[in-house]
Amino acid sequence: MGNVLTFIEYSDSALRGSALSAIAAGRQLAEKHGGEVVALLVGKGAKAAAAEAQKVAKKVVVVDDARLEHGLAETYAPIFARVAKEQGATAVVAVADNLGKDLLPRVAALLDAGMASDVSAIVSKDTFKRPILAGNAIATVQIGTPIVVITARQSEFRPVVPGAPEGQVIEAAAGDIDARGAEFVGIHVTRSARPELTDAKIIVSGGRGMKSAENFKFVEELADTMGAAVGASRAATDAGFAPADYQVGQTGKVVAPDLYWAIAISGAIQHLAGMKGSKTIVCLNKDPEAPIFQVADYGLVADWTKALPEIVDAIKKLKASQR
Amino acid sequence: MKILVTLKRVPDPEMRPKIKGTTLDLTGVNWVMNTFDEYAVETALRLNEKADSAEKLGEIVILSIGPKEVATQMRNALAMGADRGIRVDAQDVDLDSDSVARIVAAVVGREKPDLLLMGKQAVDGDANQVPQIAAALLGWPQATFAAAVELAPDGKSVIVGREVDAGLETKKVALPAVISADLRVIQPKAVKNGKTPESHTYSEGPRYASIKGITAARKKEIKDLTVAELGVALAPKVKWLAVEAPPARKAGIKVADVAELLKRLHEEAKVL
Repeated sequence: MGNVLTFIEYSDSALRGSALSAIAAGRQLAEKHGGEVVALLVGKGAKAAAAEAQKVAKKVVVVDDARLEHGLAETYAPIFARVAKEQGATAVVAVADNLGKDLLPRVAALLDAGMASDVSAIVSKDTFKRPILAGNAIATVQIGTPIVVITARQSEFRPVVPGAPEGQVIEAAAGDIDARGAEFVGIHVTRSARPELTDAKIIVSGGRGMKSAENFKFVEELADTMGAAVGASRAATDAGFAPADYQVGQTGKVVAPDLYWAIAISGAIQHLAGMKGSKTIVCLNKDPEAPIFQVADYGLVADWTKALPEIVDAIKKLKASQR
Repeated sequence: MKILVTLKRVPDPEMRPKIKGTTLDLTGVNWVMNTFDEYAVETALRLNEKADSAEKLGEIVILSIGPKEVATQMRNALAMGADRGIRVDAQDVDLDSDSVARIVAAVVGREKPDLLLMGKQAVDGDANQVPQIAAALLGWPQATFAAAVELAPDGKSVIVGREVDAGLETKKVALPAVISADLRVIQPKAVKNGKTPESHTYSEGPRYASIKGITAARKKEIKDLTVAELGVALAPKVKWLAVEAPPARKAGIKVADVAELLKRLHEEAKVL
């Protein structure tokens, strides 16, 4: 019997999409541990998101402190470890985004717990499946410590649907804070009116074949006809066609939307590892031998300069007829 | 500055892994330096040199944990310009992230580097845990997923550009600290040490070893240690039970034109 401490991320008073997947993984694990999900909100102003968190967890621990404005692993990890003990947790869960990946190993170390990263399936209370070798193999790993720590691959855990606000909210003090000499200096946020890559139902990604940053506007134009997020291959971000945080792939963001468009992307293993869980994959490439065709449900052999405007027109017409 | 760089050997990531029964078949694999570790070596070299001069600004020690064959990849790092190596004898099957981090922390205790520089993850296990666990064990600050590294003018801290979910974060960590290297740290202007002229532009990617470097590397020291000598008791917390091939996607179709594509997306896949 033990509870599952589940870290959820928020933005102002709303929960991030990733929080709903974190709770989904937390619930699966809580069932195996015979306990309940204890959601954890941490940060400056975290209290504002408690009302939403109450709708997804029976218990919500809020640590709201001005000194926790920035997600520093040095200051967050000791709080996670302390709350885990206070709440009788036998498992700690977060999604495997960059924040979770940065934080949870540090939490595991403080709890002297074993950890499984980027978990794609929960087999039992201590056994997990996770991709290795850039997604070319799946390993089953077993954790032998009394507390288990995991990061869950967001795309593999269907977001929970919030219910009535019935959860109990507990405010906990941050306690002593020691950043160990770490200091947040600033952040350059890529602003976009489009949905976040990891939450989007439709994604349009462009590759090296787009040839320039200028041409990326054609990818964006297609995305905007469908309210889609914009992604890019590593080759495209390395070439400076798109910002680094657009990168979809093993070392970028792992996504699994309902519909994924790969435009002028060859389909390197690295990229495929980040998107092959998508429900429907469409690719557009002028090279019929490109590996992307092996994973695409629908492939069109064509030059994007010709085909992309046609697709945009056709979708606009389709959308107009659906109104 | 004294920098300890960790280096793991991994099966060549360009080759598709072979799975036999429920284990990885490693017979005949081509072992290479883990990509992100190679980036960490390059970052250390850029931090500790005044480019275009022979001047060295500190020592770079390469740490590997593995069988004696890993000396091959260690020599590559020494040929790139690192100064000496330490190999802790162990087999991958007896290790997990936690035990690797404990060994690394024990070597840090002996060597007392100013900076522990690591690849953000090994591209075989893809766990992405050791730098963070090592930082926790040492009580040091951590700057993971480094895309840019700049030594502060006073030499007492490092300013790191980190790839985070929303964009690029800048984090300052007082030395000693742990940095884990991400992809973009090998871009031409990503590393600054205040000594190499601002005008200097590195080639993209990790450097190749020169003939001179390769010759020099043969004479550089690689010290062998055992886990017991470091006072670490190996007790892995995580064990691998099985490895399997990922579910295959069924092959799709090629459509003739845009009209067919749209028709199928609308009527068949029902996603538009």
